[in-house]
Amino acid sequence: MPADTIDELGAASEVHRGTAADAVDGMVPALVAYPRSTAAVSTVLRAAHGRGLRVVPRGAGTRLSWGDAPSAVDLVVDVSRLDSVVSHAAGDLVVTVAAGVALATLQEALAPHGQRLALDPVVTGGTIGGAIATASAGPLRYRYGSVRDLLIGITVVRADGIVTHAGGTVVKNVAGYDLGKLYTGSLGTLGVITEAVFRLHPLPEAARWVTVATPDSQRAAAAVAAVRSSQNDAVALEVDRPVPGEPVTIGVALEGIAAGIGARCDEVCRLLGDTAGARASVADSPPDWWGLLPHDTATGPGATLTHEPAALGDVLAQAPGAVRGSAGAGVLAVGLHATRVGEDLDALRVLAGRHGGSAVLRCASPDVKQRCDVWGPVPALPLMQRVKNEFDPEHRLAPGRFVGGI
Amino acid sequence: MSADLDILAAEFAAQLGEDSVITDRQRLRTYECDGLAHHRVVPAIVVLPQTAEQVADVVRGCAAAQVPFVARGSGTGLSGGALPHAEGVLIVTSRMRRILEVDTANERAVVEPGVINLDVTKAASPEGWYFAPDPSSQQVCSVGGNVAENSGGAHCLKYGFTINHVLGVEVVTPDGELVWLGGTTRDTPGYDLLGAFIGSEGTLGITTKIVVRLLRAPESVRCLLAAFPGVDEAGAAVSSIIADGVTPAAIEMMDALAIEAAEAAVACGYPEGAGAVLIVELDGPAAEVEHTFAAVEQRCTEAGAFEIRIARDDAERALFWKGRKSAFAAVGRISPDYIVQDGVIPRTALPEVLRQIADLSGGTGIRVANVFHAGDGNLHPLVLFDDAKPGEAETAEEVSGAILDLCISHGGSITGEHGVGVDKSKHMSRMFTDDDLDTMQRLRCAFDPAGICNPGKVFPTPRLCGEVPGKHKGPHPLQAAGLAEQF
Repeated sequence: MPADTIDELGAASEVHRGTAADAVDGMVPALVAYPRSTAAVSTVLRAAHGRGLRVVPRGAGTRLSWGDAPSAVDLVVDVSRLDSVVSHAAGDLVVTVAAGVALATLQEALAPHGQRLALDPVVTGGTIGGAIATASAGPLRYRYGSVRDLLIGITVVRADGIVTHAGGTVVKNVAGYDLGKLYTGSLGTLGVITEAVFRLHPLPEAARWVTVATPDSQRAAAAVAAVRSSQNDAVALEVDRPVPGEPVTIGVALEGIAAGIGARCDEVCRLLGDTAGARASVADSPPDWWGLLPHDTATGPGATLTHEPAALGDVLAQAPGAVRGSAGAGVLAVGLHATRVGEDLDALRVLAGRHGGSAVLRCASPDVKQRCDVWGPVPALPLMQRVKNEFDPEHRLAPGRFVGGI
Repeated sequence: MSADLDILAAEFAAQLGEDSVITDRQRLRTYECDGLAHHRVVPAIVVLPQTAEQVADVVRGCAAAQVPFVARGSGTGLSGGALPHAEGVLIVTSRMRRILEVDTANERAVVEPGVINLDVTKAASPEGWYFAPDPSSQQVCSVGGNVAENSGGAHCLKYGFTINHVLGVEVVTPDGELVWLGGTTRDTPGYDLLGAFIGSEGTLGITTKIVVRLLRAPESVRCLLAAFPGVDEAGAAVSSIIADGVTPAAIEMMDALAIEAAEAAVACGYPEGAGAVLIVELDGPAAEVEHTFAAVEQRCTEAGAFEIRIARDDAERALFWKGRKSAFAAVGRISPDYIVQDGVIPRTALPEVLRQIADLSGGTGIRVANVFHAGDGNLHPLVLFDDAKPGEAETAEEVSGAILDLCISHGGSITGEHGVGVDKSKHMSRMFTDDDLDTMQRLRCAFDPAGICNPGKVFPTPRLCGEVPGKHKGPHPLQAAGLAEQF
């Protein structure tokens, strides 16, 4: 890397030479920049753009192995020093937060006000920017939706260094295109996220977890269906099936006020017991598997499997690997065996194809990803490629990490 | 009509049948405006397709001839989003009204774009399910229109907007291709084009099928109507309810003038002498709703409510809502003309902004009736005027613009649910920088490089896309006319 490049980047930001610890899917970047503000990210990206550098954005680096391996990386833009909760309008249930803030840190800041971002951590130590870029959501998505449903405003620095905003700081807002949706889950291929605005929810007064286990996939699916069509207002509806052919545990989270939650727990216990044919139990803390991926969060190998809700029985009976996730929402995580990723992924795609869904390799080591089709079929891919060409015409942002080589 | 358009009309008649194409000037006038009646443009051609393939045929014809087109559902939009193009084709989806599937086991329905919003709930309700978005126009507005506008409604405070209740859409892209964005499951791989498409006001393509989520009807719904001496007291009640950590299904407020109008129109019988009324609705599991409802009642009393009515049954609840839902049309009873605004403010700024609106009204003599979704700060000030009185329309426009300024200066938005359309495009640059708008239009260029899909809406200045396919030679007409620049 020429010295004047380092000087130019260094004018706006601390810059280090990349080391093995900075590798993205095995590729060590020449440089890592640590900007401290959106303006500094803009200067860094403008310089990178002028010099044709391939850029990968990074928060805490916990999900850098998600998606396909980039084709090359010259510069990692680390936003972990954009680490302030910019403003919390408690009375309006809205927070503006820099992308480098850890989700856990944000929750700690909100809790004294009796509020939370209704988003599960999914990984340990991950940042807000990373949660948006990977569209990571856990059990609470059943009731509150995913990142895209909670995000109401966003600041993104484009590939050419231009700072742009979309959305706003009020929950209800239809002015302009909702680009926050487009950036959510885009794995850094459209811009570098520097700030986000979220709608918040009150922390519940009381929470309970009701669980039941059954060896029968159809009974497990019936139990989930019974909760879905009941009026008990569950906030999460999860399944855990660690090994094919072994029992399935169904977990239901209920939240509300102390005065009413007991009766709902009893009702859900009865529903689960009747349908699963086993005794359900209530706890005031979640089961130990709750909200965790059934595979290593960096090296996987793990897939995301989606399906129509009514197909759960077939999915639980047929899916290879360790299955866990939001059965209520039809989004499951699957932990795969390192030696059989390709064939298991194929089996998951056959299953998903039968039930309106998809199977995507969420994360794996670079050699595994190289051997597999990470994404599978992607409807509307030509439109997505046109979007990429408009936002990053020279394909300098995380090139190759996303669908169709985007 | 130009020769090009004549040829196109004949093509459409051959493809869709004579009775699906309108070129007669008198009949075309039926479609000259949507719900925002002071913008009127007679389209060159109206087509009434019955299938997605027919929509695609029409769009392909338009694309080949580089003729602009605009989609229209029921025409109830309040921002002129479906305002026709004088040299263009208006594609009306009102004959695409089939509910293709109601599948409660999969919590979804599949509908055509012309299906009326309320009909989805009617189809699902026998099994105890419903479609959550409930704009006030839900008895007439179409689901396709809801998708275009990302419609909300009174209950979006708790349940969110159309975007949160649509799993997938089949669309005809501006070059005439049929594609699915999203599908019947969540998290489809790739960019969330579905999320970006919903609320794009018909500028990225035309929806031809919609997979909507159905929700299980709540066990209990309780509704109260509280009368307060004025909006300050009612606003204080809203703040304390939210501060308790309660998320009501809806909290709606009307001020004295809005109540007067509603009484004149539908005789809703709200408490006499109220300076403001609140409608608060809670829903969910019965035991919890009961408990929380009592707390809400107490908060209203503490804040100064002088009368609280509790709906004893669905009929009475409907009566509470009747006044609120009829409010827009009702102001016609007390004023010959009015402008509906749709600005949003942070809810906590409500008392201050309402005072400032009152000052604006007092200073200009223009009356403003306030009806709004108090829970999420979405104001619907109705600016009343008489077009027959010289200068009054202009003053009303000024007051209306000043109200939007108030919303923006408090960190809010120019539109919460009605959309930008033609009506508010001139205000977009007060909310967004040129770079923001340029970036949004990059998305548009990806979908509609030729700029023929509902042109002139949303953005104050169209961005010309890098590669313009088709038969254009020389500068783009908009560029030549000085209306746009090439970025």
